[in-house]
Amino acid sequence: MEEEAIITTPDELQEYFINMGPQHPSTHGVLRLLVSLKGEMVKNIEPHVGYIHSGIEKMCESLTYPQIIHLTDRMDYISAHINNEAVCLNVEKALEVDIPDRIKVIRTIMSELTRIQSHQLWWACFGMDLGGLTCFFYGLRDREKILDIFEETCGGRMIVSYNCPGGLMYDIHPNFQKRVKDFIKYFRKILPEYDQLLTGNVIFHERSKGIGKLTKEDAISFGVTGPTARASGFSCDVRKHEPYSAYDRVQFKEILLSEGDTFSRYVVRIEEMWESMNIIEQLIDNIPEGPFAVKMKPIIKLPEGTYYQRVETARGELGVFVISDGNKNPYRVKFRSPNFSNLSVLNHIAKGFKIADLVAIGGSLDLIIPDIDR
Amino acid sequence: MPLITINKTTDNSEIRLQMDKTQLGEFIKSIAADLEIKEGKQYLEVTVPPSGLYQLARQLREKEEAQFDFLFCLTGVDYGVELGVIYHLRSTIHNHSVVLKTQTSDRENPLLDSVSDIWQTADFHEREVYDLLGIKFKNHPDLRRLFLDKSWGFPLRKDYVDDINIVTK
Repeated sequence: MEEEAIITTPDELQEYFINMGPQHPSTHGVLRLLVSLKGEMVKNIEPHVGYIHSGIEKMCESLTYPQIIHLTDRMDYISAHINNEAVCLNVEKALEVDIPDRIKVIRTIMSELTRIQSHQLWWACFGMDLGGLTCFFYGLRDREKILDIFEETCGGRMIVSYNCPGGLMYDIHPNFQKRVKDFIKYFRKILPEYDQLLTGNVIFHERSKGIGKLTKEDAISFGVTGPTARASGFSCDVRKHEPYSAYDRVQFKEILLSEGDTFSRYVVRIEEMWESMNIIEQLIDNIPEGPFAVKMKPIIKLPEGTYYQRVETARGELGVFVISDGNKNPYRVKFRSPNFSNLSVLNHIAKGFKIADLVAIGGSLDLIIPDIDR
Repeated sequence: MPLITINKTTDNSEIRLQMDKTQLGEFIKSIAADLEIKEGKQYLEVTVPPSGLYQLARQLREKEEAQFDFLFCLTGVDYGVELGVIYHLRSTIHNHSVVLKTQTSDRENPLLDSVSDIWQTADFHEREVYDLLGIKFKNHPDLRRLFLDKSWGFPLRKDYVDDINIVTK
């Protein structure tokens, strides 16, 4: 090290590196950001990932399709149900299985509950990142109620594995409809409290408005999807563009904003919770009768070919790309995970802001690290 | 009083399919002849030699009729003998999709053109492909291993020997 050179350089010209993570609380997992700073200003961010790379894609090559579903839980573990659904839909599409309405409706309700609890957790952590610790308690308190519903019906709370190719593992619990309706009634009253606590807060506005702007063109070029992209006006909701399960029979709005800053990413998620509740309310009283699973062959073999299935997780577009050679194991599986692409834009939008803003911007991207590392 | 005002919401009315698979196939033939074009169940699949990949990608991005601005999936595959990359492209303006496939039989030093200057998302995705399959990309701004250490082999290759774990097929 040229010690002298550093001492003689004026303070404002000094550039230095700081490691944010892999154990930093605001990275929500084991993400390491090598941040290049000039004073307090962020000059460059280099994400270092792979701390929890578990080789899911490689493991899939030696597992059967029903087994793969349990691995997808572990990618984006907050959107576990929606990940399961992606694999199931892909298998069902490849085998051209007709899925009864009951399964479609239950899957959609479950997906939307997953989305709400994911956004609740995000809201809780985002508030905490910006100094509002109360948010964390409020968010987790309400999230518990959904996890309890999951526990009753699926057996698992976060890692649900409720889907299987051809339907669901088991039928819904008799209490399911009542508990979901109770929750919606409760949460419709509680959600305005979220607004009172954080959305209208002046300090929060100062920390989030105009911070980390992402333009629509950049969002598309970087492959950003989900609420992050919709805050920039990029209409990318798979539920609208390529409806799967029961999304073609419900009315809901795709929330689109144009600013693309941290605050609008916040607003999109809050509004999506309202929309998710609307979707659930349209379906919960109209769950058709019928079987909860279609009989599938004991060993599922996909015909030779390539299959791509997109779903909208709470964080964006999850794509499951399967190359099959006709065996019971896939030849190659690729998970196009939303967080992987969303992370790549971080350097682009956080450059030039202060390091404290990096926490806000990172929080507004809502990154789940196992989904990046896979 | 609502604390949030939504500035803009849209419905599906703007979305339209500009070209169907057949038209898209003819369009691609018009800009690059002698390509193997297959109409898959889902997408139109175009097989390109590595030498023509970059030119075709750039034209698909820039031509007014095509405007494939969204690279939504980039997959590296080991076909046994060849190593290949599959690009899933979509146009957010015209809402049509296409799949580009390219492959090289050079396993020692596989080299393809990077498309990261056309779609910035390819930067990360190509690093992932390099990390797991060892395919190098020419003109990539920062081609380093992404998840794994330098001492690892390329685990997604079919001839990868995993002594420690039981991941075999």
